[in-house]
Amino acid sequence: MSDSSQESKRWNVVNHPVTKIDAAALAAGAPLFCDDELPPGTLFGAVKWSPVAHARILRIDTSKAAALPGVQVILTHENVPRVVRTTAGQGFPEPSPYDFTMLDRKVRFVGDRVAAVAADTREIARHAIELIEVEYEELPAIMDARQAMADGAPVIHDEPEARMIIVAPYEPARNLAAHVKVAVGDLQAGLESAATRVIETYEAHYAQHCPIEPHITIAWQDGHGRLMVRTSTQVPFHARRIVAQACEIPVRDVRVIKPRIGGGFGAKQEVLIEDLAAMLALRAGRPVKLEYTRSEEFISARTRHPAHVTIDLGLDPEGRFVGLDMKVLLNTGAYGAHALTVGCNCGSKVLPLYQCANVGFELNAVYTNLPVGGAYRGYGATQAAFALESAIDEAAAKLGLCPLEVRRKNHIGPGDTSPIFKVLGEGTEGVEQSIGSCGLSRCIDLGAEAIGWTEKRARRDEGRRRRGVGMCCLMQGSSIPEVDMGAASLKMNEDGSFNLLVGATDLGTGSDTVLAQIAAETLNTDVEQMIVLSSDTDITPFDVGAYASSTTYLSGMAVQKAAAGVRRQILEVASQILELPMESLHTANGAVLGPDGKSVSFSEVAIRSLYGKNQHQIQAVASHISEKSPPPFSAHFAEVEVDTATGLVRVLKYVSAVDCGTAINPQLAEGQIEGATLNGICYALTERYLFSSRGKMRNPSFKHYKIFGPADLPELVTILVPTYEPTGPYGAKSVSEICINGPLPALANAIFHATGVRLRRGPFSPEAVLSALAGRPL
Amino acid sequence: MVEDNRPSQTISVELKVNGENQRLNASPSDTLLDVLRRAGYASVKRGCDEGDCGSCSVLVDGVLQRACLIYAGQAQGREVTTVESLGTARRPHPIQQAFVEAGAIQCGFCTPGMVLATHALLQESPEPSDDEIRDALDGNLCRCTGYVKIFDAVRLAAKKMRKGDVR
Repeated sequence: MSDSSQESKRWNVVNHPVTKIDAAALAAGAPLFCDDELPPGTLFGAVKWSPVAHARILRIDTSKAAALPGVQVILTHENVPRVVRTTAGQGFPEPSPYDFTMLDRKVRFVGDRVAAVAADTREIARHAIELIEVEYEELPAIMDARQAMADGAPVIHDEPEARMIIVAPYEPARNLAAHVKVAVGDLQAGLESAATRVIETYEAHYAQHCPIEPHITIAWQDGHGRLMVRTSTQVPFHARRIVAQACEIPVRDVRVIKPRIGGGFGAKQEVLIEDLAAMLALRAGRPVKLEYTRSEEFISARTRHPAHVTIDLGLDPEGRFVGLDMKVLLNTGAYGAHALTVGCNCGSKVLPLYQCANVGFELNAVYTNLPVGGAYRGYGATQAAFALESAIDEAAAKLGLCPLEVRRKNHIGPGDTSPIFKVLGEGTEGVEQSIGSCGLSRCIDLGAEAIGWTEKRARRDEGRRRRGVGMCCLMQGSSIPEVDMGAASLKMNEDGSFNLLVGATDLGTGSDTVLAQIAAETLNTDVEQMIVLSSDTDITPFDVGAYASSTTYLSGMAVQKAAAGVRRQILEVASQILELPMESLHTANGAVLGPDGKSVSFSEVAIRSLYGKNQHQIQAVASHISEKSPPPFSAHFAEVEVDTATGLVRVLKYVSAVDCGTAINPQLAEGQIEGATLNGICYALTERYLFSSRGKMRNPSFKHYKIFGPADLPELVTILVPTYEPTGPYGAKSVSEICINGPLPALANAIFHATGVRLRRGPFSPEAVLSALAGRPL
Repeated sequence: MVEDNRPSQTISVELKVNGENQRLNASPSDTLLDVLRRAGYASVKRGCDEGDCGSCSVLVDGVLQRACLIYAGQAQGREVTTVESLGTARRPHPIQQAFVEAGAIQCGFCTPGMVLATHALLQESPEPSDDEIRDALDGNLCRCTGYVKIFDAVRLAAKKMRKGDVR
C-alpha cells in the first residue's frame, strides 16, 4: 500500500514500481551466480576447522594429506604470509582491530581456521582435511562476555601484532576490543529529577544471516598472471584491497568480479574466504573454488554480535525524557570485526530518536572464545532498539501512560537535531546534522490505525490464549557521513541506450534497478535504455559497497550527478543539430525538444557524436559523499496471541509503517520492508545459537536453527509513508535495514500487554515464555 | 602412499532431463544435485545440501523433489524437469512472468525452486487457496522477501494459467 504524494506526480520513472531489471533472467534460472560457471580445471578447496575453543597449535602434520592422490596444495600457518589484518570489509583505514591472519598458530573459537586444501575433487579435498593431524595445547576459554574482562581471564589476543590502525581505545590484554564513552548534558541530575526510572538490562542474542547462497569464491590467474576473484561479496573494492594485502601482492594484480549474489544481509560484508581461495589458486597455478557448507556458514562465518544493553531511563510525570543512559556490553567473539562500529551504532542509531537533554552512552566490546560477530542488517540498532523500546514501555506502564503517547511526546521531528549525532560516529566523533525529513508521526498514526491500537489496547484477555498489541519506533541512517563514497559512470551508445557502470553492489536488493531508474529519470528516457553493470573492480568506478544503508541514497546521488553530466553533453550536441541555444532545449521521452517543437532523438544525438561532426564519446563520471546520514523512520505494531499453557507466541498481525523518503521503486521498497520484518520476527521468536559447554554451536542446520518458511508467515502489512529528503536522489532515504530492528521490542511489548510478563532476553521461545509466566528465570 | 579407501568407481546414470536423454557420469556418493549442476543445469541451486532449503527442487517424474536428497544412481531411468525447461528471460513461462511482475524476486537464488514448487501446485490445484499455497511452498526457504510477494506471484500465476496464458 503506497501513499501517492504530490511530488510523485512529477516523475516518470522514479517512484514507479518498475520491473526489477534482472528478475526475468533470475526467474529463468540463468547461470548468473558465482558457482554457475567454473573455469576449466577448477580445483576444489576445503578448510580444516578448529574443534576446540582456545588453543595453541603445537604441531601440524600434513604428510598424510599431501600423499593423497589429487591433493594439489595444503596451506597451514607454517607456509602462508603472516599478515595481521581484519576480515571486516570496511573503508580504509578500517575501524576494526587488526587481529586476524590467514592462518594462525593459535585458534580462538570452535570453527576457527586451521588449514586449507585444494584438490582435484571436493571429496578428495574433504578427505585430505581429515588426514591433517594437529596437536593442540588447549587453553582456558571465555564463554561468557560478562567474564571477559575479569581479573585473570585468559587473554585471547596475546599476539604482539594485535592493534587498531585508527586512534581508538583497544586493550587486547584485557580482552577489550573496543571502548567508547560519551555524554551530553548532566545525566545524573537528569535521572535524579525523574518522576520514574527504569533500570534494566536486555539481551539480544546470537543469530546468523542465513543467505540462501552460502559464501563462495572462485579464484584463478588470467593469462597475464593477474589474480581474478569472482566472489559472492557485498564489498568488491574492499575485497580487492584485502586480498592484495593478505596475499602480499599489488592491488593492480587483483580483479574482483561480483556476479549475482544470493543474499548477504551483512554476512558478505566480510572478506571471509577470498584470501584463502586466492592463496590456494596462486600456489596451485590453477583455478580454485572455495565454498561454505550450510553448517560452516553457522559455525565459522559471521553472526549478529550478542549484546547486553543496560538502560537507565528517567521520565518526568508527563512522560518526557529527562535522562537516558545506555551501557552496551558487546560480545565480538574471537575476532573484533565490526565491534567498534556495531557498538557505536547501538547508540548513534537509537539514542537520537528521542529528544533528551541528558544522555550517556558507554560501549565495551569484548573478545570471547565464541563465534565472531560481524555486520548484520540493523548493525547494532537491532540490539539497542530492543533495549530502549522495551524500557520506554516499562516506564510508561509505571506512570500509567500509553506507550504510544510517550513516544509521541518525545520523538525527533523535522528540523530537530540531536547532540548524539555530533558526539557519536563510526568509532570516532560523529557529524552534526538536523533532520530534513521525518514522517514518524504519520507512521505512528497509520500503523496504530492499521493494527486497531485503541480498541485492542483497551482489551485484557484472561483465558489460556491471551492476545495483546505492542509497538515500537525506529530509525537508522543512510550511509556513513563524510566516510562513504559512491561513484558511477554513464556512457551513451548509438541507439540511445546507456551503459551505467556502478561500483554499488546489488546483492539481491534491486539496487541495479533503482540506480537505473534514477539515471533514466534524470535523462528523461526509459529504464530499458539502461544497461547496468555493477561492481567489477577492473571496469566500474569505486564504491564502498552495499552496507550502512547507503546505496540508494549515496550511490543514487552519484548516478544522478553522472546522468546530469551526460544530459548536458546531449543538449550540447542537440543544440548543434537543431541550431538552437542549449538553454532553450529540454529532454523528454528519450529525445531533445526545442521551443519551436523541433526535436532530435537521443539516438540521433549519439550517432552525430560518434560518427558525424566533432566526434566524441558522450560520457560522464561522478562521485558522491554525504555530510549527512538522514535517518529513515518507522513505527512497528504487532498483535500476538500467547498460549499460556504451552508458551507459544503466535504473531497474528504485524504492521510496518516506514518513512524512507521517496521510494524510488515502491515494490522493491516494500520487498525490503517485508523481508527485514520477517527476518526480525523469526529472530525474535525462533532463531538461536545453542552451544555445548565447550563452545561448539550445536544446531548448525536449518533443521535445528529455525528460520521462518512460507507456512510460518503471519499477516504482514506494509505502509510506505512518503516524505522528501532534500539531500537524497529525488527525495530518497534508505530502507534496507531499519525494519529488522522492530520485532524484538514490538513483540516483547505485545507479549507484556497480553500476559503482564516482561521478556528481556531473546528469543521469545515457548520455554522462555513459560518460565517467565511461572516467575522463574530460564 | 596413503591408502585411499574412498569409493572410487564411476557409475553412469541414464536419465531424461528436460526431455533430452542424458548419460551422466557420477560417483556412487554423488547426488542428483551434483550431477545436474556438473552437467550445466545451473538453475538447480545448492543452498544447504541437507534437504532443508528447497533451492535444489526439481520435478522427478512430475513430482517435486529435492535433488540433494536423491543419489544420482536413484535417478536412473527417471524424467527430471528443471526451470530451464519452462522458459527463458525473453520468453518466460507464465509462472516465471508472474514472479517477475509480482516483485517476488530479490536475490533470485531460491526462485527456481519456488517456481517449480508453484508449477507442481498448479498442476494439482489450478485455483489454490492461500492455505494450499502455504503448504505447497513450505519446503522452500527464502530469506529476502518475507514471502508476501511470492504468495502474490503464485496467485497471479494461477490466474495467468487459468486464462490460458500458456505459450
